[in-house]
Amino acid sequence: MKEKPPTFEKFRDVQAELERSGAAIFRDKDGVESLVIRYPYSIQYIHSYAEDSPFFLGLAEGKLKGSKCTARRCGTTYATPRSHCMACGAPTAWIDLPLRGRLHSWTTCHFGSEAFLKETPYNLALVEFDGVDSLLLVRLKDAQESDLYVGMPVEARFDPNPRYSITDVWFVPAAGA
Amino acid sequence: MVTGGVTKFAKAHPAMDFRLMVKRAYDYALRGIPNLTKDRIDGTRISYFSDHFSRQLKAASMVQDYLGMNPKGSVRIEWGGATGGECFQAAYEAVASGRMDVCLAAGYETMSRVATWKGNEFIALASDTNFDFPLGGFYTGYYALMVVRHIYEYIRKRKFGHITDEREAQRRAIAEGSRIMSMVSVKNHLNALNNPYAQYPKRLTVDDVLRSEMISYPLTREQICTMSDGAAVAILCDERRAREFTDRPVRIIGVGCGTDTMRLADRPFGKVPLMPNEKEEDYQSLAYPGVHSFRAGRAAGLEAYRMAGITNPNRELDFIELHDAYASSEIQTYEDLGLCRYGEGYDFVERGDPFLKTIDYGFPTPNAGAIPVNPSGGLIACGHPVGATGLMQGVFAFWQLQGTIQKHFGSKALQIPNARRGAIHSHAGTGSSVTVSILERGFRP
Repeated sequence: MKEKPPTFEKFRDVQAELERSGAAIFRDKDGVESLVIRYPYSIQYIHSYAEDSPFFLGLAEGKLKGSKCTARRCGTTYATPRSHCMACGAPTAWIDLPLRGRLHSWTTCHFGSEAFLKETPYNLALVEFDGVDSLLLVRLKDAQESDLYVGMPVEARFDPNPRYSITDVWFVPAAGA
Repeated sequence: MVTGGVTKFAKAHPAMDFRLMVKRAYDYALRGIPNLTKDRIDGTRISYFSDHFSRQLKAASMVQDYLGMNPKGSVRIEWGGATGGECFQAAYEAVASGRMDVCLAAGYETMSRVATWKGNEFIALASDTNFDFPLGGFYTGYYALMVVRHIYEYIRKRKFGHITDEREAQRRAIAEGSRIMSMVSVKNHLNALNNPYAQYPKRLTVDDVLRSEMISYPLTREQICTMSDGAAVAILCDERRAREFTDRPVRIIGVGCGTDTMRLADRPFGKVPLMPNEKEEDYQSLAYPGVHSFRAGRAAGLEAYRMAGITNPNRELDFIELHDAYASSEIQTYEDLGLCRYGEGYDFVERGDPFLKTIDYGFPTPNAGAIPVNPSGGLIACGHPVGATGLMQGVFAFWQLQGTIQKHFGSKALQIPNARRGAIHSHAGTGSSVTVSILERGFRP
């Protein structure tokens, strides 16, 4: 018969034991014993960018594609594209966004989701463009926390080896900023 | 509302799975009202946020059967961080529509089942996975983006307008904003010292908060709520039955819900939907909501106030349990809910309006008691087991209005004297959905 898994009174020790053997018993301050195990959970998704596809294909060509409402009385422009206008519901057309903009807001993340922890610290920035009604969220590189300010001019850079992700584009402080 | 119950929120409850946690909160609720037995409950609304945390789809069905509620009607409610608030309103609607006489609202979350940063990843999946998540999707990062802009709009422009070096002016504005956000964090942690259900009660100073670990500039660890395990339940019924179950019922006199775009980048720059006590001239140069304010919170507040007949929330509410996932969003929400005008949130804290009169916070709070916000300690100090959180607020508000804080907390330190009317506010995503419910004492004291 297999021996019972070891018992711990600190949950941290339970977690350490799970790393080692995959099972442990937690005894709480009332003496209640609970068997704790661990198991993995991972998935590969098959994801279509569908109507957003031209944006991601554009990044690979060094272009930032936004969208503009086709209704003459509306004409709202979007830096983060959408195939139908949020204001009036009409279809939109693709437009090329300027490759220079300004920081609308920014932050430096010292922690992040598990998938991005190894990349910390990194900057996130909402970029505004002249003549465009909405913003684009991007990574901001080549700049320290102490350099950044709302209104700072920034410009786009593209990954020469695109992975068809929003991370194929990032911004850096514009020359002369 | 006739009764409620909450489990102590904790980092982990390894001795209770989600079904047992809900059962404990449910048993606590029933203990207070002997006339209300299970057979009088017509059905349930059950809330939890993330299937990723449970890795058990249709987990609400397991709560339903563990409580022995089959074959009564039930539905699972999920609406991001506002899941608990939505569950409360779903139960309200079940009763108000006449479909049920008595409805149980129950919610839980078990977030301890994954490591903290994996949990952050699950939560960040509640942002656009094409455009936002792959950048390093991280909710504290999103809230940092919002508060940097909020500070730019309201502190940089107003208090440091005389400084021409833009970097310097913004740095000083952020330092000022961070100091004031820290006062909110001190308040909520300190209030919770008298709340036995809270996960992180503690005595802190503004400096402690500022010096705690930087998570996403300028938000520090102590300005952010944590992940928790916990459950909460509320039982709602029609007015006639309420009197049969308790001589201290609480009336739900207003419900509101608002929404906004999933992506921060898509928020418009338009006009402010005005509270009855605001004028268009107040906001002539303000592009709204942008990323600095929560239009969904304003919409939810307006709907709930209209239904409750409230025209000046600051005067007509005695307290608010507000979704302070971040100290920054508590300040932003004061403005959305019309407790002060847009731009006055920081002054509102410095004047002391949202503080309790009976507690010494270590700094002056001249207006303390004007409208206490998060007397329980809020999410920052109580914890945030998402599916339970909005219901926890409902239960704490219920006890305040019943005048039974002493009975449930073992101390009357947090009892707001003669509390007649309060609000609960539940908030999801980057402000993509928000609920506000108004509760009122339903008996003569």
